Amino acid sequence: MTARAVITGLGVVAPSGVGADAHWKSIMDGASRLGRISRFDPSSYPVTLAGEVPDFDPDEFVNPRLKVATDRWTWHGFAAAQEALSDSAVDLSTMDPYETAVALASSSGGNEFGQGELQSLWSEPDGAVSVYQSIAWFYAASVGQISILHQLKGQCSVLVAESAGGLDSFAQAARTIRRGTKVVLAGGTEGPLSPYALTCQLSTRRLSTGTDPATAYRPFAPGAAGYVVGEGGAVLLVEDLDHARERGADIYGEVLGWSATHDGRATRPGDGGDQAQVARALRVALERADRAASDVDVVFPDAVGVPECDRVEAAAIREVFGDQVPVTTQKGQLGRLYQGGAALDVATALQAMRYDVLPATHGLTEVAPGCELNFVTEPTARRTSLAVVNARGYDGYNTALVVGRYEEAS
Amino acid sequence: MSGHRSGSDGADAAWTDERAQARQRRAREEGRRRLSGVAGATIKHRRVVVTGVGVVAPGGVTREGFWSTLTAGKTATRKISFFDATKFRSRVAAEADFDPVAAGLSAQEIRRADRYVQFGLACAGEALADSGLELDEKTLDNTGVVMGSAVGGTMALEDEYVAVSNTGRDWLVDHTYAGPFLYQALVPSSLAADIAHRYGTHGPTQVVSTGCTSGIDAIGYAWHLVQDGEADVIIAGASDSPISPVTVSSFDAIKATTPENDDPEHASRPFDATRKGFVMGEGGAVLILEELGHALARGAKIYCEVTGYASRSNGFHMTGLRPDGLEMAEAIRVSLDQGRTNPTDVDYICAHGSGTKQNDRHETAAFKKALGDHAYRTPVSSIKSMIGHSLGAIGAIEMAACALTIDRNTVAPTANWAQRDPECDLDYTPNTAREHKVDVALSVGSGFGGFQSAMVFSRLKEAS
Repeated sequence: MTARAVITGLGVVAPSGVGADAHWKSIMDGASRLGRISRFDPSSYPVTLAGEVPDFDPDEFVNPRLKVATDRWTWHGFAAAQEALSDSAVDLSTMDPYETAVALASSSGGNEFGQGELQSLWSEPDGAVSVYQSIAWFYAASVGQISILHQLKGQCSVLVAESAGGLDSFAQAARTIRRGTKVVLAGGTEGPLSPYALTCQLSTRRLSTGTDPATAYRPFAPGAAGYVVGEGGAVLLVEDLDHARERGADIYGEVLGWSATHDGRATRPGDGGDQAQVARALRVALERADRAASDVDVVFPDAVGVPECDRVEAAAIREVFGDQVPVTTQKGQLGRLYQGGAALDVATALQAMRYDVLPATHGLTEVAPGCELNFVTEPTARRTSLAVVNARGYDGYNTALVVGRYEEAS
Repeated sequence: MSGHRSGSDGADAAWTDERAQARQRRAREEGRRRLSGVAGATIKHRRVVVTGVGVVAPGGVTREGFWSTLTAGKTATRKISFFDATKFRSRVAAEADFDPVAAGLSAQEIRRADRYVQFGLACAGEALADSGLELDEKTLDNTGVVMGSAVGGTMALEDEYVAVSNTGRDWLVDHTYAGPFLYQALVPSSLAADIAHRYGTHGPTQVVSTGCTSGIDAIGYAWHLVQDGEADVIIAGASDSPISPVTVSSFDAIKATTPENDDPEHASRPFDATRKGFVMGEGGAVLILEELGHALARGAKIYCEVTGYASRSNGFHMTGLRPDGLEMAEAIRVSLDQGRTNPTDVDYICAHGSGTKQNDRHETAAFKKALGDHAYRTPVSSIKSMIGHSLGAIGAIEMAACALTIDRNTVAPTANWAQRDPECDLDYTPNTAREHKVDVALSVGSGFGGFQSAMVFSRLKEAS
């Protein structure tokens, strides 16, 4: 009997707020969480909007000794991990540390910290980086720090597949649980907001230059012109089902299936990617979950807001599910958090099952030609037991994840 | 806050010890019920073999060049030539004389790809050619790419940073000076993506970035995918090109690299009593991992089977290691158990052997803990003595070395070994390669973040 992986804790640190409840309230309310970048003066850049985590006080989650040695991306990771662990009520002190692990995605590392260190090194002839550069900037910083802080000493992973990595981390958590680990923190946060990191992102020409938070990022809409970046994400506790049941845990849902494919070609302007590979990821994830497309209650798309990509994704969804499956995304409201956003969609899907409410894609009054899908435009009370989350990473990555309400016989 | 513990003070360390002891008691009670993985995972996994090897390393930018360097015991460490390193504490490195054109990269690939991605492409090309695999439409859907890298596109990121920041003067950098492929430098997912683009593969694609264990962890991730039927073939490996000012400065700051710059050829001295720190390297390696039946059906040459992999974290310190080697020993124990390999069956240990005092003692303790007295009878070597420490890449390069070791029954030496450290008292295969029958090779990695990984390659036994 293969061990089953269920989700027992939600941790959210995102433009929608800190904590899963704040997140749900924000997406029900629907007001845009995008705003003018406050972290630095964006006047000299073509992009001035972003989704920042509101009212985040690092001192609430990070001790001063660790704070100086880590990037904001890791602070968000500390906070989200803490939220997930608290929410799950798991008592790590009773567990074998080798049966506990962290598997997070990281698409671009400790950007703000790293830029500061590059400046220290290059601005003066005898400049050098600080003692923390080697542990704060690299992609494994958050996982290493969280592993040490919570004594999670089992099979840890750091996955990089741009936005798709957030879903891959749940697949990896489930694989790890199938191999005997009891709890795995999965998901990820992202810190794409520093002047240099923004400059790097501008080179894709996929960022929206809009200045009105209400209309700048409109996936699937006729005026779609790219995405607005956001910071933060979600960390969830994935747990072995038997372990969760033995301790009487509150179960949000189950990781049922996943699939990762690749376009096998680069992302280029005008090319929205390979519909066949996007569809294959969705189809194979359902097969592995042993569920039919017709049983799916809601699909959370990647929704990058680049017209050609939106069309390809919409066509792939229609190919697999037909045009009646409810589809919803909150990315236009919160921003694109790269892999953190994919992880956040998993949290949203589990909350939709918890409350039996489908959150809306606010403001999608008109759909772009080729993007026709059954979009949820108002929060809708509806029995929700099976959700599919889709994510696509820059340069051809596709991952689909199927999560379902926990049922004893699966 | 309960559950919040950091491992760097005495009370916490004591607490960790207590937890470790409790764990060991439980493990004893459970006895051999725990055969694979952490607990009683009894799923029958598919078997996975290595059918191709490609390497770019200092001293040898092809598989055979690499192997010649190793078996000759030649060192490829030298004074840093890529940039003016005068202001740095450590000014030596193992640089690869890599020519992307000679390595078969297209003009477009060279223009687009940072150095570490170019290494990855070259290694993938060599490994695929070696495997004889033909990638037809059906194969492409079930072929994935999983690559490790510790620092990704740092080299390009730093070069472009200097340009857009007015040499570090401006915080609000000038985006108009940025090059067209800067995003690919920001996200190391470019490494696996560029390989997938070249071959048109459609299987699961991933970059694993766990610092200096990335190489082993990427191959381990790939192993799991093939075991579970998520792919039949994975182009798996790692690459890094960290020899740039920011990375050199990073290791200077924590005094991890050697400060001895006068004799570059002898600067990397793992396990030697006079060692002073590691010497940075660069490079990459790719292995073709293939489901056993798939490989047998096409009559592929099989180097070895992947029979075990595990990673454990020390929960202690981002850069510090506790001298007892407990977590590395646990990773070794689990990876041997997975293949039902007895500790006494290990014929060779490809050590992490970075040449820091802390590391060399830590892993020596781990080998003794995991293998018992057999550790004293097993040849150990550190190829970092010759080709330096290429961060995330080296784990894959060391797995390539293990595949070749089993294939050729020759153990590479630890170069520059002259003086015995009383705390490092194993057989480190000093200075001269050794003919030695190797059916089971164990390799380990240890990295920032506290990650300790182990992998076991075994000569293919009967195909069941």
